[in-house]
Amino acid sequence: MLVSIYRYNPETDSKPVMQNLQVEVPAGRDLMVLDVLALAKEQDPSIAYRRSCREGVCGSDGMNINGVNGLACITPLSAAVGGGKKLVLRPLPGLPVIRDLVVDMAVFYKQFEKVKPYLINDEPPPAIERLQSPEERAKLDGLYECILCACCSTNCPSFWWNPDKFIGPAGLLQAYRFLADSRDTATTARLSDLDDPFSVFRCRGIMNCVAVCPKGLNPTRAIGHIRSMLISQGT
Amino acid sequence: MVISVTNLSRSGLSDWIIQRASAVILAAYTLCLVGSFLVHPEMDYATWRGIFDNTAMRIFSLITLAALCAHGWIGMWTISTDYILPLQFGSAATFLRLLFQGACILLAVVYLIWGIQILWGF
Amino acid sequence: MGTPSSISFDAVIMGGGGSGMRAALQLAQSGYKTAVISKVFPTRSHTVSAQGGITCAIGSADPDDDWRWHMYDTVKGSDYIGDQDAIEYMCSEGPQTVFELEHMGLPFSRTANGRIYQRPFGGQSKDYGKGGQAARTCAAADRTGHALLHALYQGNLKNNTVFFNEWFAVDLVKNQAGAIAGVIAINIESGEVVFVRSKATVFATGGAGRIYASTTNALINTGDGIGMALRADIPMQDMEMWQFHPTGIYGAGTLVTEGCRGEGGYLINKDGERFMERYAPTAKDLAGRDVVARSMVLEVLGGRGCGEKGDHVMLKLDHLGEQVLNSKLPGILELSRTFAHVDPIKDPIPVVPTCHYMMGGIPTNVQGQALTQDGAGNDQLIPGLFAVGEAACVSVHGANRLGGNSLLDLVVFGRAAGKAIEEMLAQGLEQPQASDSDLEQAMTRLNRLNESQKGESVATLRAELQDIMQNHFGVFRTGEFMAEGIDKLQGLGERIATVYLPDKSHTFNTARIEALELQNLFEVAEATAIAANMRTESRGAHAREDFQERDDENWLCHSLYFPSKKSIGKRGVNFSPRTVDTFEPQIRTY
Repeated sequence: MLVSIYRYNPETDSKPVMQNLQVEVPAGRDLMVLDVLALAKEQDPSIAYRRSCREGVCGSDGMNINGVNGLACITPLSAAVGGGKKLVLRPLPGLPVIRDLVVDMAVFYKQFEKVKPYLINDEPPPAIERLQSPEERAKLDGLYECILCACCSTNCPSFWWNPDKFIGPAGLLQAYRFLADSRDTATTARLSDLDDPFSVFRCRGIMNCVAVCPKGLNPTRAIGHIRSMLISQGT
Repeated sequence: MVISVTNLSRSGLSDWIIQRASAVILAAYTLCLVGSFLVHPEMDYATWRGIFDNTAMRIFSLITLAALCAHGWIGMWTISTDYILPLQFGSAATFLRLLFQGACILLAVVYLIWGIQILWGF
Repeated sequence: MGTPSSISFDAVIMGGGGSGMRAALQLAQSGYKTAVISKVFPTRSHTVSAQGGITCAIGSADPDDDWRWHMYDTVKGSDYIGDQDAIEYMCSEGPQTVFELEHMGLPFSRTANGRIYQRPFGGQSKDYGKGGQAARTCAAADRTGHALLHALYQGNLKNNTVFFNEWFAVDLVKNQAGAIAGVIAINIESGEVVFVRSKATVFATGGAGRIYASTTNALINTGDGIGMALRADIPMQDMEMWQFHPTGIYGAGTLVTEGCRGEGGYLINKDGERFMERYAPTAKDLAGRDVVARSMVLEVLGGRGCGEKGDHVMLKLDHLGEQVLNSKLPGILELSRTFAHVDPIKDPIPVVPTCHYMMGGIPTNVQGQALTQDGAGNDQLIPGLFAVGEAACVSVHGANRLGGNSLLDLVVFGRAAGKAIEEMLAQGLEQPQASDSDLEQAMTRLNRLNESQKGESVATLRAELQDIMQNHFGVFRTGEFMAEGIDKLQGLGERIATVYLPDKSHTFNTARIEALELQNLFEVAEATAIAANMRTESRGAHAREDFQERDDENWLCHSLYFPSKKSIGKRGVNFSPRTVDTFEPQIRTY
């Protein structure tokens, strides 16, 4: 298998290059892209990428695989290359590259932190847990599962243009996760914080985020819910 | 909360609602005009004039013109803040963006005044 | 490389997983100058992979549930070498810590009356083993670890904890008096090397499952804390005790939660027989993990394994129905489809016992203070050093951990250590001083690696290490075979010490980190091997074919591995809980 990897080391390279490597892929097994990358790294240990759980739950190895953002560890090689013969790996688009496939996620995390991604409830907690009905809890499904891999936000043109102002699909999904939580009491303040022309409203609903979310989540729908809540609060 | 000086309303929600409400007005006005052409297959100046002599039509036209300006401004402001950035234009971006936004506002004001003049000027 | 620059804190926590972040939260609220150093962004820590839940007696599924019953189960599960004072503390403090997590926002699944949903897990009983199966594991679907880790990170954000993300701790700085003054750490992004000086150094560095070729553990689980401690001549406790989880996906190693069996799934052999009925007539598939894992291996050895090679068994779930699977085990459906190419709604999942958890670690007391032993065999505190979570051995898991007890261990002892450190700081805990030569000592390994001119590659050596451990120190062990493994490790050790780093660049050099991790893995492997060979009995997860019985006369104790002499000593088990009667050792059946 021919593997083409985006290489850039700021200490030695003036600009990035694509490095081609021939990787022997064992026959009869459909490796994950991360396994192929590990084989490539055996050939050239200087290739840098992030990885941790290797089962699609930690969100470390988000990258651009043959043009599509995804997690290397749960993308089978066959699905990545389709009928083609070449695996092309690039860093997530739209974020500064630190080295090779490693991007600087600071702005992504900053947007996440901006939505106050924690439960706010100033009433003194009861001696046991706060009660929540299964129906109320069900509203958090499809929201709390986010792994912060940034596949969605780095696939969003609005985030490319205004990464410092538009919260982006990942952050907004989390914003709604707390707006939707029956235990959270800061709904009004949370909504006021979001009511500017950039934070939420730069979403154009093109659903690029939905198309690539490795966990099958739907940030566009969450953003729609936030907009509805803003409308009912504002009118 | 992102504060933006050049956004006139400061609220994403009001921008969003204005854009959609104005779109409805623009669509209704378009339908109205298309309808007029259908009702009057041989449209001439006198008929045209007749339509606009009607005060209701003048008010509708004025509202539509205002909607067009608001709609256009929000749209162009959004475009300018998406595409006239240091990312594309380097350090000149802020100046260029202000220039573009200024031109848009000027154009909107000119169209509005000119429209009023046309509608009520004769 | 010259002397590194230094930064100072009241307390520094190494590791951003469940235990580290729980300790950090406690300290952030205290107002002391604290920081978390994590080699990955905190939510990428391995806690995120925990699935089934967190066990404790909150009395939701059964209002009469009692933490003492949980304690009984845990003591029995540990095969009686869990310390009863620590288990008592964990089980009694558990409910409060779980409620705190819920108040923090953890999205637990719910029962119809709005309380936290609890599911049955292995080794759980009511009424001290006499009342049948209990349901005591609090769950957020089958993503409890993910929900817990994110809730803790969120709580830390709320409390403005200082994080040094993508920093890697290389070695402890230990002074001549034996006190820990801090660590040498690398900022991975820039390559900068810094001496992180701290009054309290907390190791929350997690496990080391990557010493085995087949493991449920993340790639980052390389036992960094254990490696650092061993190099600083700190003894390790019960390192022979490695849990093999019964249900790792065959071929991939990814975990399938015990919650599957808790929800009613069961294991079958190639004849479709529910074989656990033979091995554990009462608890069946919900016997202790060590028992189930051994039974699976016996099925395979007995020629009743599944597949072409007959080398695995199957986990059957389809009878639970699509709706239950979708609501209770959605993550498992995803993982099976991805890694086993099987849809559990229709077909059983191929599974095999897979290395999962390190019961051993840095010996500590209930407050998380690390211990060593003096010449007379008495416990002695190591000034400045604390350990929590999987890296620590308090010991609440003894020879076999119960499912759902690891998440509880993390938060209970993370919190306990945080509180203890807060108190010590208030009483004026002093910064241990370190001389230039102490620093130099801590820098030795990194300097050697950075100057390496030749040697073997990380990937080759790592694969060799993992194969030795997999083959010689697996589910069943024999003395002869282990001795052979130890010989092989000895040869490998010298080669790993002189591993070659071809790429000396500074920016995000993962090759350097992997080389340092490999050396940590080796330290863990060696301790495991020597301890396993010395314990001449079968207890909990440590099953020997040449010593098939439990030997309470000689081995009702912890093993202590001393790195300088590579020797094994013994340390007494605590049988003195404070508020309940001692649970005396009994024959362990399920």
